[in-house]
Amino acid sequence: MAAIRAQGLTKVYGDLRAVDGVDLEVAEGEFVGVLGPNGAGKTTLLEMVEGLRRPDAGTVEVLGEAVWPRNPALLPRIGVQLQASAFFERLTAREQIRTFAALYDVSPARADEWLERVGLGEKAATRVEDLSGGQAQRLSIACALVHDPDLVFLDEPTAALDPQARRNLWDLLSGINESGRTVVLTTHYMDEAEVLCDRVAVMDAGRVLRVGAPADLVRDLGAPTRTLEDVFLHLTGREYRA
Amino acid sequence: MSAFRALSLAIVRGFLRDKASLFFALVFPLMFLVLFGGLLGDRSQSQVDLVQVGEVPVLDAMSPGAAAAFEDTFDVTETDDLDAALEQVRTGDADVAVVMEGDTLVAHFTLTDQVAAAVTQGALRAFVDGTNVEVLARETGSQPPYSLRVQQVEDESLSTIQFVTPGLLGWAVAMSAAFGAAATLQGWRQSKLLRRLQLAPVSTRTVVSARVAVTLGIALVQMAIFLGLAAAAFGLQLSGAWWAAVPLLVVGTLCFMAVGLLAGALARTTEGAVNAANFMVLPMAFLSGSFFPLDGAPTWLQRVSDLLPLKHLNEGMLDVMVRGEGASAALAPIGVLAGFAVVITLLAARLFRWETV
Repeated sequence: MAAIRAQGLTKVYGDLRAVDGVDLEVAEGEFVGVLGPNGAGKTTLLEMVEGLRRPDAGTVEVLGEAVWPRNPALLPRIGVQLQASAFFERLTAREQIRTFAALYDVSPARADEWLERVGLGEKAATRVEDLSGGQAQRLSIACALVHDPDLVFLDEPTAALDPQARRNLWDLLSGINESGRTVVLTTHYMDEAEVLCDRVAVMDAGRVLRVGAPADLVRDLGAPTRTLEDVFLHLTGREYRA
Repeated sequence: MSAFRALSLAIVRGFLRDKASLFFALVFPLMFLVLFGGLLGDRSQSQVDLVQVGEVPVLDAMSPGAAAAFEDTFDVTETDDLDAALEQVRTGDADVAVVMEGDTLVAHFTLTDQVAAAVTQGALRAFVDGTNVEVLARETGSQPPYSLRVQQVEDESLSTIQFVTPGLLGWAVAMSAAFGAAATLQGWRQSKLLRRLQLAPVSTRTVVSARVAVTLGIALVQMAIFLGLAAAAFGLQLSGAWWAAVPLLVVGTLCFMAVGLLAGALARTTEGAVNAANFMVLPMAFLSGSFFPLDGAPTWLQRVSDLLPLKHLNEGMLDVMVRGEGASAALAPIGVLAGFAVVITLLAARLFRWETV
């Protein structure tokens, strides 16, 4: 069974075709990256797959179930990190993750374990407003994983992280993926996609330009390119984006 | 721990740690209570400053009952210097100077404050007449044919605090309910927490009822603090069916949460939402008699105020808390407020967007 099966997904805002007929299939246990310049439609695509937005056309199935309209049976099986600010105001890191844990019927002890796993044990009593950008990022990822979901969506999870935190998070995400969970992330870092992802989908202007294993994409482009970043720039051009 | 409890706890903590919302929910309205109850409260009992020059036998001849009433009305200072007394009246330090010329009581007053002058003259005339009647009755042995007894229709303790406490409480509850709903909706929408909760296995009903429960709790705490302080410090006396103010306050809170939701749905930022809520609630407070009674306002203004939910909350609370009406007096305002709540909620729901985009 596929973890995600999307066909012909389209979302139109006025004249803008934010997502334009995208097909995406992700197998269970796969680690998939969605790459693309700003404004390419990555977030809109993910939001349709998560069930936050209703597609104007096309269908999505996640873990074999329809995502739209809101499907309460599916929600405990997926974990979503939207952005690092999606917190309850003025709560400490520990109160924050325990609140999310309670929404999924997960014990406070398990919540505290997750705080340790993302290296925030010492920051447990710090309010979210006083966390650094990287710490808030790690907390929001922990809040997305606290209920051990089968499928995890992460929107630019390593933005604002320093190299230490980035590598530690890579280890964490690899570990989660190796334990059989499916991970879908968006990122701007090609090295991250090369290290973590089984397959990547390169998007621009609402369309998927290429899908494949990072190594295959690099090889297909041929000499003189060597890295995934070169592939990315070859596909999407070099103009400045939003 | 259930989702409802976890969400309620998160909202309560967020509220208690937000100094600004604590200030506007409790301290700010209480400042008005102290201002109105403490400072303006004395005005209704203010006495006329009377300077008595030399001996004034007519005042000494009053019956004990009249003497007590006299002391309530006049603050008497005695002097022997008529010129100094007149100067005091002229400069406004005293309201009236009285001196005996033969059997005639002469009152020197100023017309600067015409109402006070009229009241002073009337009161003095009444005391002199009363003393005359008593003296004549004693000498002739006959009783006067008519008498007068006055009785107040409201609760006997008539003071400013009785009238400002329900109105200010109504304003305080309206403000914190509207601000709480507006700021939560807008803040959660901006931080994408609303979206995040949409993807958690928790129903919209649970999220909304947690927010409603916390706001109701805050309103009841506001009520307890308001009534406690007003009773302890300013002598507020509640009439029999005051408890009927509790359901009134509950429905009023729901109504003003709806107002806040509307403000939150209209605005694009948290600050904008709070400002919009303020823009709706503050003028309404003035027009609904929260700060001063509307009895003296023009009729058209009173009709306008009938269209405002806060007016009905204030009137209902006045009725059951201090005017001594029965609990049934709260039923009509509860119905009106519930109607407002439903209409405003439907309007807010139509204008609601998940995101600010």
